[in-house]
Amino acid sequence: MDSIILQILNGLDKGSAYALIALGLTLIFGTLGVVNFAHGALFMIGAFCSVTLQRILNLSYETIDATQTDFLGNPLKVKTPYLESWFGPEMGSSIIEWSVPLAILFAIPVMIGIGFIMERGLIKHFYKRPHADQILVTFGLAIVLQEIVKYYFGANPIQTPAPEALSGIAQLTSTIVYPVWRIVYFCFSLLIIGAVFAFLQFTTFGMVVRAGMADRETVGLLGIDIDRKFTIMFGIAAAVAGLAGVMYGPINAPNYHMGMDFLVLSFVVVVVGGMGSLPGAVLAGFLLGILESFASMEQVITLIPGINQIIIYLVAIVILLTRPRGLMGRKGVME
Amino acid sequence: MSIKNVTRRGVIKTGAAAGAGLALPTYLSAASHTGFTNAPGNDKVTLGFNVPQTGAYADEGADELRAYELAVEHLNGGGDGGMLSTFSSQVLDGTGILGRKVEYVTGDTQTKSDAARASAKSMIEKDGAIMITGGSSSGVAVAVQGLCQEAGVIFMAGLTHSNDTTGKDKKANGFRHFFNGYMSAAALAPVLAKNYGNDRKAYHLTADYTWGWTQQESIAAATEALGWQTVNNVLTPLAATDFSSYIAPVLNSGADVLVLNHYGGNMVNSLTNAVQFGLREKMVDNKQFEIVVPLYSRLMAKGAGANVKGIFGSTNWHWSLQDEGSKAFVKSFGTKYGFPPSQAAHTCYVQTLLYADAVQRGGSFNPCSVGEALEGFEFDGLGNGPTLYRAEDHQCFKDVLVVKGKENPTSEFDLLEIVEITPRAQVEYAPDHPMFAGGQLGSCNPGA
Amino acid sequence: MLGLDKKDSTLLLIVVALTMLAPFILNPFPTESGLAQFNAGYPDLMQRFVIFGIFAIGFNILFGLTGYLSFGHAAFLGIGSYSAVWMFKLLSMNIIPAILLSVVIAGIFALVIGFVSLRRTGIYFSILTLAFAQMSFALAYSVLTPLTNGETGLQLTLNDPRILGISQTADGSIPVTNLFGLEMRGAFDLVVGPWSFTFSAGYYVCAVVMLLAFYMSIRIFRSPFGLMLRAIKSNQQRLNYTGLNPKPYTLAAFVISGMYAGLAGGLMAAMDPLAGAERMQWTASGEVVLMTILGGAGTLIGPVLGAGMIKYFENIFSKINDNVLHSWFSFMPDGLEDSVVFIIHPFVGKGWHLTLGIIFMLVVTFLPGGLVEGGQRIARLFRRKKTVEPKSAKTEPAE
Repeated sequence: MDSIILQILNGLDKGSAYALIALGLTLIFGTLGVVNFAHGALFMIGAFCSVTLQRILNLSYETIDATQTDFLGNPLKVKTPYLESWFGPEMGSSIIEWSVPLAILFAIPVMIGIGFIMERGLIKHFYKRPHADQILVTFGLAIVLQEIVKYYFGANPIQTPAPEALSGIAQLTSTIVYPVWRIVYFCFSLLIIGAVFAFLQFTTFGMVVRAGMADRETVGLLGIDIDRKFTIMFGIAAAVAGLAGVMYGPINAPNYHMGMDFLVLSFVVVVVGGMGSLPGAVLAGFLLGILESFASMEQVITLIPGINQIIIYLVAIVILLTRPRGLMGRKGVME
Repeated sequence: MSIKNVTRRGVIKTGAAAGAGLALPTYLSAASHTGFTNAPGNDKVTLGFNVPQTGAYADEGADELRAYELAVEHLNGGGDGGMLSTFSSQVLDGTGILGRKVEYVTGDTQTKSDAARASAKSMIEKDGAIMITGGSSSGVAVAVQGLCQEAGVIFMAGLTHSNDTTGKDKKANGFRHFFNGYMSAAALAPVLAKNYGNDRKAYHLTADYTWGWTQQESIAAATEALGWQTVNNVLTPLAATDFSSYIAPVLNSGADVLVLNHYGGNMVNSLTNAVQFGLREKMVDNKQFEIVVPLYSRLMAKGAGANVKGIFGSTNWHWSLQDEGSKAFVKSFGTKYGFPPSQAAHTCYVQTLLYADAVQRGGSFNPCSVGEALEGFEFDGLGNGPTLYRAEDHQCFKDVLVVKGKENPTSEFDLLEIVEITPRAQVEYAPDHPMFAGGQLGSCNPGA
Repeated sequence: MLGLDKKDSTLLLIVVALTMLAPFILNPFPTESGLAQFNAGYPDLMQRFVIFGIFAIGFNILFGLTGYLSFGHAAFLGIGSYSAVWMFKLLSMNIIPAILLSVVIAGIFALVIGFVSLRRTGIYFSILTLAFAQMSFALAYSVLTPLTNGETGLQLTLNDPRILGISQTADGSIPVTNLFGLEMRGAFDLVVGPWSFTFSAGYYVCAVVMLLAFYMSIRIFRSPFGLMLRAIKSNQQRLNYTGLNPKPYTLAAFVISGMYAGLAGGLMAAMDPLAGAERMQWTASGEVVLMTILGGAGTLIGPVLGAGMIKYFENIFSKINDNVLHSWFSFMPDGLEDSVVFIIHPFVGKGWHLTLGIIFMLVVTFLPGGLVEGGQRIARLFRRKKTVEPKSAKTEPAE
């Protein structure tokens, strides 16, 4: 029983990452009709926002400690972060420790900015082009973004640990423990998903965007500058992907190809959820996350060897064959 | 002679007329006057360095490439000579190999067997490489080794740790200096038993591909021989990034040791996840829960950050070794690049030197002569103590390092501390050991 | 000629000339010159050009004509390779039975996968094909290792039970793949002054197969069947209303293009008897999509150009290292040399991905019809004086 509850928790946790990425992807699909293969790269850039902030906070000056030697036998250079010398070692190191939560503040403007530049500079020229062209250009962009990150940060993963207070484990019941940060991640993703839905549901801006998703031309004829609204939506989608990346850092250390690892999976999630449906994307994210967790249980693997390798794809096939437009897809969108 | 505006026939005719239309058969049907593929001319010789430059192992590949460049520099008499002066065989004198200047070409394996073979082929077919070396995974090593056997060039394996490379997939033209899964296990198990006791229950997570399987098989056998129980072995997909659903069942399994048979990104993520789930603070039946990573690499340890502290593993070589060879290598590498070399860099540097030395001693670039010179070769001074290149399977036998994640690192390179240098005798095995059975070396192929 | 109109005959003749003279065309620089780095005329890469050309031509029959975007076509390539290697292991080193088997097996898989996937259209179809291919990849990598040899890839060994042939040659090595005795690895070099050209038996076998495949594809494009496929692409609903069932036509196109992929996989194994699981991964499926769009989807020659371009970057640009760069610019003063190398460095060698990504973006932004459109624009520049605009032999780029 305990192990089943644990796997549900794991599934919800994986599911929140899938759901957040799929949500942003669907926003761009649904509003702009663009197949964005660079969405995984936005997730990755989000994670590297916190790496960058960590580097900035860790900017150091060097002092020479003659009592120790480095690997070549020269006197050891000891690095002290400026923050520690300005605010004292205690205060300074605790600021550095909180770099991941701080990176949220840092990432929002950066990601929205990147989203704006991408949309205005590149994507907007591709609204009227075939989907195949969109795939090629966004795939090219994803490679370029990825290679730039690799050039500056290397190919190895870089740890972005959670602050001491939020790491460690939580005792949920007498027998069930779960990492604190994973619970934080789950709550955070619910918060973001809720915020996006509320924004679309309860604001005039959201109303216009929803109208634009349903019938772009009519909204345009009504004299509403729908293009501008769509640019903002692209920025929001980029920010959602970026935040998902920032918060994911402490769970798994960011590396330059983490976006590609998630890309195919998030497309499967979006399509299983149904094209053009935001609730569908979220639902499919959690569903596939939970099923994936169950399939990796040892009892299941012994029963059906290799099932943990293919479960997501198997479920996708079954769902798409039984429900022609995924879980909640709208008719006529990218069919 | 210009080839503008000529027909194909015309070119052949003019070529023949000029006496230059010499039909030189390419690889696998080498010309009779040289007797082997890509025989070098009188002034230079080309080596092929085939390392991962894109993908997850790109940093490791970059370090391998640095080591190769350093080795070429030293062979050609540049720099401070590195390990040339500490090497027990002193036939290399800094004038290249057999008086020919060493040149090199590089390629990208992408850590895919197909791409690695394509890259190696282009070095052999286009650039005339006489030897191929490098790589950062066993799948690639085995695939390229097979190619070199067919093409008739020598393959000096880079980082490859699977038992299969010199076991069931061994080839006469392939040579491995790096250690393997069996040796890791044989060195690690006694240290584990000494530190954690003989009455332990181990839970294995294993990467679901050939290297993972051989590693798991080796470490399970070695620890069981010392009284440990293997509670469970769960295979994880290579593509997995989040290991939570594999770690969570460990919590209530009754096991008190978790063995992570993972490498690279898999190892960084599974270790991070295991620490997240509080396994390091956990107590099972009054015993402290422990995590073990059988194959360590400093680059991966860096990726795992603080999570490696206090965790045991094994490694082929570490820069903090204090023998003369290691010191000389660290000094010349560190002076040139500003940081210490990784174990991958070390094995690649040594392999290049060993190849050059074998050519020099055998007096020919012919792969069969090189193979003969390497088989049964005993040497010292290259950082691992007295070493033997065994003739039966082309595997090097040498001391193995058992290491532990350092609690208080003084710098970003100082991540591992050496716990024990396991003597060579303890990690040796018979060539027909069941874990290595099933393959044949075949006979050396010079490509003629 | 051969049932083709004049325009297509010319195109076919041009392709014949290009493939037959490839060893010359691809080796334009003298062997010892610095620019020899850009020579692509060595057997392995030439073989790859035409093999991936076949793969892309086949993919284009499905995608270019019907508009169905399969994201799992690499599975058929992989299946073809495995079948061929098993044939070498069990039957004979002759490539004919191996290639036949790989085409047949790939065709059977395509029939099954196509039958299921074609129940959906658009992106739902793409994800279904992707899911099948990813499942094949994951299983081949792990559970099916006895059949596929997992990560390492299926290789020949010294004790294969070959029914028609020997397990190992007299000198203890693995026999070589051949076509009735003509060894696929056989080649001879023609040295003309400073130039050196390599003629490889394997390449010419592949090239002939590619020409046949190309001819077949022209015939399909120009046939009533091809017309029907195009009708499916432009408006499937209307086709339904006229009482025609499009399903058998799309399924036929899917199976044909799957067999092309199997043929490519079989040839690949025939040139180099190894079959790796990565051939089936989504990145490989994505690669053929990129090749087709880059070259020009729906055009006859485009996919081949796209395939050539991507393989060229992968094999040539990745090999340019700092050492090579320094040797190119060694004529410059030291400071200038270093800065030029510094600027170029991120784009070559380990940065070849970056250059490829930039090229994708540039081509698709400025040449909406892919490389073929680039060629047409250049051609138009030269023909501007003619009053009659030549009627394009190419179809419009596909969605």
